Amino acid sequence: MSDTLGADPAHGRQSQGMQGARGVAKSATPAPPRAAAHRRGRARMRLEIAVLSAPAIIMFLAFVIFPIVLAAYYGFYRWKGYGDPTDWVGLSNYKLILTDPAFHDVLWHNGLLLVLSLVVQGPIAIALALLLNQKIRGRSAIRVLIFVPYIVSEIIVGIGWGLILQSDGAANGLLERIGLGSLAADWIADPDLAIWTLVAIITWKYIGFAVILMLAGLQSIPEEIFEAAQIDGATYWQIQRRITLPLLGPTIRIWAFLSIIGSLQLFDLVYIIWGPYVAGTTGTSTMAIYMLAQGRNAGNYGYGSAVAVVMFVISLVVALIYQRFVLRRDLRGAVTEGTV
Amino acid sequence: MSVTTTVSRTSPAPEPTPPTGRRGAPQKWGSPVVYFVALLFVGVCVAPVLYIVLGGFRSNSQITTDPAGLPHPWVIGNYTGILTSNVFWGEFANSLIVAIASTVGIVATGMMVSFVIARYDFKLKGAMYSLFAAGLMFPLVIAITPLYLVIKDLGLVDSLLGVIIPQIAFGLPTTVIILVPFLRAIPNEIEEAAAIDGLGRLGFFFRMVLPLSLPGVVTVGILGFVGSWNNYILPLYILNTQANYTLPLGVQVFTSQYSTDTAKVLAFTSLAMLPALVFFSIFERRIVGGLTGAVKG
Repeated sequence: MSDTLGADPAHGRQSQGMQGARGVAKSATPAPPRAAAHRRGRARMRLEIAVLSAPAIIMFLAFVIFPIVLAAYYGFYRWKGYGDPTDWVGLSNYKLILTDPAFHDVLWHNGLLLVLSLVVQGPIAIALALLLNQKIRGRSAIRVLIFVPYIVSEIIVGIGWGLILQSDGAANGLLERIGLGSLAADWIADPDLAIWTLVAIITWKYIGFAVILMLAGLQSIPEEIFEAAQIDGATYWQIQRRITLPLLGPTIRIWAFLSIIGSLQLFDLVYIIWGPYVAGTTGTSTMAIYMLAQGRNAGNYGYGSAVAVVMFVISLVVALIYQRFVLRRDLRGAVTEGTV
Repeated sequence: MSVTTTVSRTSPAPEPTPPTGRRGAPQKWGSPVVYFVALLFVGVCVAPVLYIVLGGFRSNSQITTDPAGLPHPWVIGNYTGILTSNVFWGEFANSLIVAIASTVGIVATGMMVSFVIARYDFKLKGAMYSLFAAGLMFPLVIAITPLYLVIKDLGLVDSLLGVIIPQIAFGLPTTVIILVPFLRAIPNEIEEAAAIDGLGRLGFFFRMVLPLSLPGVVTVGILGFVGSWNNYILPLYILNTQANYTLPLGVQVFTSQYSTDTAKVLAFTSLAMLPALVFFSIFERRIVGGLTGAVKG
């Protein structure tokens, strides 16, 4: 049984003391490992592997991988979406995308959302998690309530915030009530404000998830470490900076990864609140919105497919770089020490 | 880190009794600043949702004259009107069918393939794991147009099955990534003991693996259910007659139909989000526990 560990660090655990291999061989063939029995056992094992993994693999290949490959194929054609694509245009869709100022805009929006998601949500979430990690009353109720925005679907968040933030909506009504009527604005339609409105809504929707994740990370740090530090005379801030934050590192880095991928692929909220056309004029359009507006809505499926490919490549490159340089040690540490 | 993994996994919401040597016997109230900040944060999180729910109890004239006010008097007609409409319950039933079928499919197929990746030793297993892990980078949005064409070729456009199957497929990456660590954490000794006791591999799967990885299974189940309940873009593309709409599409159609009747829209929206919220608050502890187990690997 050959070992394909190298590429995938997550399998490190199995390699520890060869427990994995031994366990598998033994349980598949409880009889003494004679050659025939062994062969029969292996054939049986192969059958089990095939039967158990076939449904997932087939569905995944057919409905996830194949559509992506199909998009890559359509991306080389000028294609209106019906019949077989025949009008091969090579890389010209891609050239057009990369030189289209509208695409530069949406790329900039995605980048801005990415950076702002990290620098706004990260520190707030860490601070709140540190605060809420104390043993206070009603903590579990608090945890449920701050997770509410994350559970509420995009369509509802979009419609709800859309109504609240429209020019005669509740947000401006509230401002007037508390005497700050001069601050009232057209939060959604004003091109100078819209992107910040979007950032605020995104922060509201996803910060609960970040806090919960950080809280979970904090709770898995053994109490003894803090007690030992306290006995050694460390101050509260020293403990947070030297112990809590480093130990929370893996959680922070995983959260940041999810946040980055989410920012690059943002679609639903913008589509629901602004729609593909208005988003273009209010400066909230994202790559996914651009893909839809240029592709499906304009009837140019080939171009839309090429945009999908560009989006995918950007996500993949960012993810690979992140994994290579940031997540690497987490994975290694988690796996080699992780045998339970 | 091994210790932390076990802790978070076996007790999803650890509220450990203070160990000996910590000051004070019963739990104290703590600093008022903490409560203030916590309340403020909770308020920010919940207020917009409350606005939607309470808005459903107001009349349109109330909303127009005082957009930020409370219901006065309370109007229940918006809610009762929707709760007695066939359209709402039809869409509710569709959402429920899609969510339950997707969840069952995600858990069943995900569990099987995760079991293979975690417990069998064969050449392609690293590649299999990487394949699903890379799936995290394939959002539905990117694949939606070709996916629609695939569904169309299979004759599943405008059928609930056309939503369910892709949802299962796109739910698999998260499922595999969460479940594999759980399954791997089951000690080999248990498997060996089961084998000695004459339990076959499949018997081992059902008698030992399923119960032992329950926290992970519940987590992926909840994620699958809520994800399916909230999914918007896939039904948007696949379903095109109102009889087949799921609630997110129903909300959108209702909103455009009654765009001038804000109170009614708010009531409809509230009722559409309620099931996911209830479902989630029941299982909240599980989900956090499962996520930690996965993150800590």
